[in-house]
Amino acid sequence: MAVIAEPVTAQVKRSSLWTRAFESRNFLGAMFMVPAIAILVLFLAYPLALGFWLGMTDTKIGGVGRFIGFQNFVSLSKDSVFWLSVFNTIFYTVFASIVKFAIGLYLALLLNERLPFKSMIRAIVLLPFVVPTVLSAIAFWWIYDSQFSIISWVLIKAGLLTHYIDFLGDPWNARWSVVLANIWRGVPFVAITLLAGLQTISPSLYEAANLDGATNMQRFRHITLPMLSPIIAVVMTFSVLMTFTDFQLIYTITRGGPINATHLMATLSFQRAITGGNLGEGAAISNAMIPFLVAAILLSFFGLQRSRWQQGGRD
Amino acid sequence: MTTVDDQSVGMDYLESFPKKFLRVYLPLGLIIFFLLFPFYWMAVTTFKPDAEMYDYEKYNPFLIAHPTLEHIKKLFFDTDYPLWMWNTVIVSVSSTFISLFASVCAAYAIERLRYKGSRYVGLAIFLGYLVPPSILFIPLAAIVFQLGLFDGNLALILTYPTFLIPFCTWLLMGYFRTIPYELEECALIDGATRLQILVKITLPLSLPGVISAGIFAFTLSWNEFIYALTFISSSENKTIPVGAITELVNGDVYHWGALMAAALTGSVPVVILYSFFVEYYVSAMTGAVKE
Repeated sequence: MAVIAEPVTAQVKRSSLWTRAFESRNFLGAMFMVPAIAILVLFLAYPLALGFWLGMTDTKIGGVGRFIGFQNFVSLSKDSVFWLSVFNTIFYTVFASIVKFAIGLYLALLLNERLPFKSMIRAIVLLPFVVPTVLSAIAFWWIYDSQFSIISWVLIKAGLLTHYIDFLGDPWNARWSVVLANIWRGVPFVAITLLAGLQTISPSLYEAANLDGATNMQRFRHITLPMLSPIIAVVMTFSVLMTFTDFQLIYTITRGGPINATHLMATLSFQRAITGGNLGEGAAISNAMIPFLVAAILLSFFGLQRSRWQQGGRD
Repeated sequence: MTTVDDQSVGMDYLESFPKKFLRVYLPLGLIIFFLLFPFYWMAVTTFKPDAEMYDYEKYNPFLIAHPTLEHIKKLFFDTDYPLWMWNTVIVSVSSTFISLFASVCAAYAIERLRYKGSRYVGLAIFLGYLVPPSILFIPLAAIVFQLGLFDGNLALILTYPTFLIPFCTWLLMGYFRTIPYELEECALIDGATRLQILVKITLPLSLPGVISAGIFAFTLSWNEFIYALTFISSSENKTIPVGAITELVNGDVYHWGALMAAALTGSVPVVILYSFFVEYYVSAMTGAVKE
């Protein structure tokens, strides 16, 4: 017996170090994480930290900056263009997000009806989300053209206007124009994800409400909305984050003009850092966005916790 | 995934057609018109000769009297557009593959190996998705410059995974969770290594998830703008979105025909890919949020 047993144990011992390492979850887990972690640390975590640092230096493109503490922020606090960009960003985010939510929810409810060609309609509705933003923004740029705007043409033909609207030349017109383009792009995302949420609501709830004689409005108010609220929180967090940090639409349609009326914090930081060469100042403007983003995430996170708690969930 | 054909509620069938038309079809039609109009306008402008484009008195702007390919011809032969298209393909395909490889490994490790601390690493990767590119592009520009990657495809191929990996990992974690753990246990008992299990069992079973992650990654990189605008300077290295709005505008002269042609032809590859895999796309998008 002992003669047979010996080679087996020897074999186990010989292969042990290497094989055992590969059987250990922790070692193997670490190995599997290497590609993702390497990329994310080098190009995400490190730049994030570097961004904080750059915001406190006077770095110019092609030069080495020196540490100047909070001086960038002090000078920004006296900079009227910066405050205008903060105002524009909030304006843009608030109005675009509210309308995106309203139309998106309405569209989701419509798509949840019994419809012919349902999956085809769903596919078509999602198109503005799939097509590259800059390319569709070019279409909006042309739609808003001061001399050849199709909107103006239709309104004049309909007898509602007497002359062409200067969509992008007037500050308030330009603000509403970019908000409209953002709504156009964001509605599909909100609608399709809320539709998914609607489909998880059990029909038996509605049947029970029907038996109790609930009206359409009551069913919406007391079943649909509460059941949908966790997904609403997730979708709106994403929607607000994407809108707040938007760059593409503004850069394509107005470049921040006219007279900075549509500059968002992102486009202003690009202008100062890359076009103007003041990397440090641009980074400081980017960093100023972070508190707003953290607030948005925390708000929806705690909102979600609270709604779960109200529904009696534990987790 | 819930694919429900009939979610109509209660006594829906009692509703008369005119009533349903007003309540459902009409508003739905209006919203779809609003969502599709810019594409229609893009297409009409692309195939319209300049004479018609700038004359609303003589021609109805909604129609094309004499369709032409001159704008597309100008775009393909008089500009660097073919190069932009090529760069966009190279960058999108490469960064998609890098991200898929890294994400499959990471998601498998977090979800299936469950090593010490995997929950926290998973959470950290998810948080990475919430860091927007418009905060990262300035420090990244400095890093790209230092690494000598400025003005080349590699700068984009290496930076795009920063927003692709968090998303793909998150999506794949959800898919891996749906595969019964018993399958892996059986294979482990039969003496398969973890790598064999991943390649021969988990990956084939989660192919729909891998495909949807791939399509998402591809369309997201095709759509990316701010990094490409910042890290690339010469015309022949640009991607379609950047090339279109920086090279097709000469001072105050906008070549609207060529711009629209670029917008249209630049959208087509993504739309074709999307239409082939639309079910994956929709279910992944909605599934990721439901989690």
